[in-house]
Amino acid sequence: MDLSKSTFWGYKRENGRVGVRNHVLILPVDDLSNAAAEAVANNIKGTLAIPHPYGRLQFGADLELHFHTLIGTGSNPNVAAVVVICIEDGWAKKVADAIAATGKPVAYFGIEGHGDHDTIMRASKKAKEFVQWASELRREERPLKDLWVSTKCGESDTTSGCGANPTVGNAFDKLYDHKVTLAFGETTELTGGEHLVAARCRTPEVKKKFQFMFDRYQAIVEAHKTSDLRDSQPTKGNIAGGLTTIEEKALGNIQKIGRKCLVDGVLDKHEVPTGPGLWFIDSSSAAAEMVTLCAAAGYTVHFFPTGQGNVIGNPILPVIKLCANPRTVKLMSEHVDVDVSGLLRKEMSPDQAGDALLECMFRTANGRLTAAEALGHREFVLTRLYESA
Amino acid sequence: MIHFVVHDEGDSVGVVVVEGVKSGQKLTGWIMDQDKDIVIDAKSDIPIGHKLAIKQLAKDSTVIKYGVDIGKVIAPIAVGEHAHVHNIRTKRW
Repeated sequence: MDLSKSTFWGYKRENGRVGVRNHVLILPVDDLSNAAAEAVANNIKGTLAIPHPYGRLQFGADLELHFHTLIGTGSNPNVAAVVVICIEDGWAKKVADAIAATGKPVAYFGIEGHGDHDTIMRASKKAKEFVQWASELRREERPLKDLWVSTKCGESDTTSGCGANPTVGNAFDKLYDHKVTLAFGETTELTGGEHLVAARCRTPEVKKKFQFMFDRYQAIVEAHKTSDLRDSQPTKGNIAGGLTTIEEKALGNIQKIGRKCLVDGVLDKHEVPTGPGLWFIDSSSAAAEMVTLCAAAGYTVHFFPTGQGNVIGNPILPVIKLCANPRTVKLMSEHVDVDVSGLLRKEMSPDQAGDALLECMFRTANGRLTAAEALGHREFVLTRLYESA
Repeated sequence: MIHFVVHDEGDSVGVVVVEGVKSGQKLTGWIMDQDKDIVIDAKSDIPIGHKLAIKQLAKDSTVIKYGVDIGKVIAPIAVGEHAHVHNIRTKRW
């Protein structure tokens, strides 16, 4: 596929970033605000609440990550406007102000001193204003480089490593040449292949930062493990699919970064890319956690290869599923956006598979709902670093 | 018809990509990186997605896939036999 003149239709935001969705988000800062946020989203059609279980008595780096993830999610260009709700005003304002730095409309509400009823009424009025405003925004034609594409695989099996993941790799190699901003992560799922990623780092500084992140995560596993993680990594689903060891899983995983693109930078969980190229995001390998971090880092389309059939989605980041396992494609067809099982029958070349994924990427960016979006998969899962105080 | 695929000709295992492979069945494999075909007789029933040994693997030897170490052999594996958690284990963690 010649991508040199490729464009997509997106929503240009106030800060210059381009989104492919136009959500009005009702964002609870903490668990206590979920009920009000969901009530507002129920009152005002076309808005989206993203409830979650955290935000109370967190502290230090864990609290910072919580804030950064909420702020990053609200700031994502797939979001047009945000209503922030918190149990009290202080943290509501903190999150709202940081999102408002993007230039998009933001309002915030604290529940204490008002109660749910009054908060829901006031927040609903603002949400109605935002959603009617957003509904008049129009897509415009934008160059391919304005798209940010992340990837993470899930419920992998051996077909992931020989089919779906190399398909992402083929697409990533093509997108990389056109200055698209790309991301991968899953720190523990590089175990056994970390030397291959290190060798792909563009500079010694990037390599050093990658090795630091990798070693830091290994230290967590070593400190808390009670076995060789035989039941967790690979997962039961991975093992049922034929994957035997973490090393085998990791080598399959790494196929997603293609054969040509270099790792241009390394991000901690709360950091945002500062330019085009391939970024490594230090992250959990749990699907919803990692995809939530990608959305918070500003990515606007996600490639999700699966073998055994992970059904994940995200509230604001369209998750495109691809699969090379003929059995999964047959039994779970409603979850699969791109069927690349022909690769394993030699009926499709890696280049054709990569193009099929890119074609689906453009259609998704232009507005077609992914399987996960149509099925209502909105997994929003915040990463925790340690216990609350 | 392709019954299993192998990433690299130096690998010790291949991946079954069709359902219902039975012991005794003659299997055709595709070595993807070198684009070559090989034929091996299955010595176990092997589910789709699971591996078969394409080389004789002695206890304590290293299993190679993608041209890289993916773990150690904990029970000997003959060519054509099912290779999985009962005879291979991680070297990490």
